[in-house]
Amino acid sequence: MHELKNKVSVIGVGNTRYGAFPELDEYGLAARAFRDAVADCGIDKNEIDGLVVCRIPYYARMGEVLGIDPRWTLTLPPHGRMSGIGIIEAVTALAAGHCKHVALMYANIGRSRRVNYGGDESPGTWDPWGMTSPGAAHAMMFRRHMELYGTTTRQLAEVSVAIRHHACLNPDAVMTKPITIDDHEAARPIVLPLRLLDYCLINDGAVCLILTLSERAGDFAKPPVRIAGFGAREQYRGSSIANFDINFWHDAVSDAGRQAYAMAGVSHGDVDALMAYDNFSPTVLFSLEGLGFCKQGEAGSFVEGGALKLGGRLPTNTDGGHLSNSYMQGWALNVEAVRQLRGECGARQVADCEVVQYVQATPCTRSIIYTRA
Amino acid sequence: MSSYAKPLPKLDPLNRPFWDHAREGRLAIQVCSACKDAHFPPSPVCPNCLSEDQEWQPVSGRGTLESWVEFHRAYWDGFKDDLPYNVCLVRLAEGPLLVSNLVGDAAKARLGAAVNVVFEQATDEVTLPKFALA
Ligand SMILES: [Zn+2]
Repeated sequence: MHELKNKVSVIGVGNTRYGAFPELDEYGLAARAFRDAVADCGIDKNEIDGLVVCRIPYYARMGEVLGIDPRWTLTLPPHGRMSGIGIIEAVTALAAGHCKHVALMYANIGRSRRVNYGGDESPGTWDPWGMTSPGAAHAMMFRRHMELYGTTTRQLAEVSVAIRHHACLNPDAVMTKPITIDDHEAARPIVLPLRLLDYCLINDGAVCLILTLSERAGDFAKPPVRIAGFGAREQYRGSSIANFDINFWHDAVSDAGRQAYAMAGVSHGDVDALMAYDNFSPTVLFSLEGLGFCKQGEAGSFVEGGALKLGGRLPTNTDGGHLSNSYMQGWALNVEAVRQLRGECGARQVADCEVVQYVQATPCTRSIIYTRA
Repeated sequence: MSSYAKPLPKLDPLNRPFWDHAREGRLAIQVCSACKDAHFPPSPVCPNCLSEDQEWQPVSGRGTLESWVEFHRAYWDGFKDDLPYNVCLVRLAEGPLLVSNLVGDAAKARLGAAVNVVFEQATDEVTLPKFALA
């Protein structure tokens, strides 16, 4: 894959406001994010001939709404792990010449439609024993981590506290009230050892990214951001326990990370900010260990003392992540990576930001390394 | 038993033997006749060698605790009266992982603790294998 290093750039990004918008459907939300991204880079929307849609019911309706007839389309299922897949597929489609400019769109209406992410919405093998919801699977993993390595819920709280701190610096974020470790410890139990502040938000909104070949990425309004490297590894064996891996996706994240670092030609010390898929706070710990920012079992001590905050050793999810900014299932974290590298992040800007890494520790693990052009 | 309010398994040709054994008080898993791979949930072909030649074998019912959680939210109304209830993850001595419930005192739960299967009848058709700390 090294021939694809820096081959493709992100030229435009956009997002809606985040919250509850019962009057809008996925198409209405996605169209707003698309318009925002088109305005961001100044492209003629009729030049967009590649389309990736995720959690949007019907690709053709989306094209109809946007008034475009692309040459290449990819529809992704509404699972919280498709952003990394979609972006990497768009890179390969551009490199192969399937299209010239790709718009990737994601929309979620889960808030206003009261989606629960458990019970009869997502039937599974273990329902008769009451095992359901991705949160419970992460609680199951975190309990193991506590038992194996002595990790504490106060250490886990560092993740939620740091990410909330960033949301407080982001005018777009849903949650803007600071929290403390004690707040985390006192929060309502959902599936122990996880409590409310370990869970992502559920909100409406949409995100759009526009990608093109780097050789023509200089023709647009904003400085392009390079896709320097990426890596992938699925973990499907054991999938009857959904959203669970007995070893915290460590092997998959390590593999995807190694691929991405080698392709981009960077290493851990070069990463100025990390965007880690945070559907539940333990995933951030598993990501840090899998990528090798610390040894397996040591993420609890790694994150202590505000290490993930702006100014700390590894600023993480600087937009407030899924936990406190918006539940855009990885898509908004990729947008944040772009904005950090452009220097557009205001109060939450990472100083001298040159390398940002995205990672999703999930059954479909992906990592993407973005750099300034 | 028509008042049973919790979710019940959807029986199909693939999983029916598991529930038939459980109703008789036996825990059984699918074992490949060709390569002896033991797996659960059941699979239409052996995940190891892809053979269709598989059978159900009763197992010891012994295992170790790999993890456990405590639900404080009921995603089904049928679990409301049980809150908080636990769900555990058990590694059977024969290899496969099972999700189940710990009966009895879950406060003594520890990673690696020995557990034994017990059976709780839910309906005439369905008996649930659960586990107790040894
Ligand atoms: Zn076999």
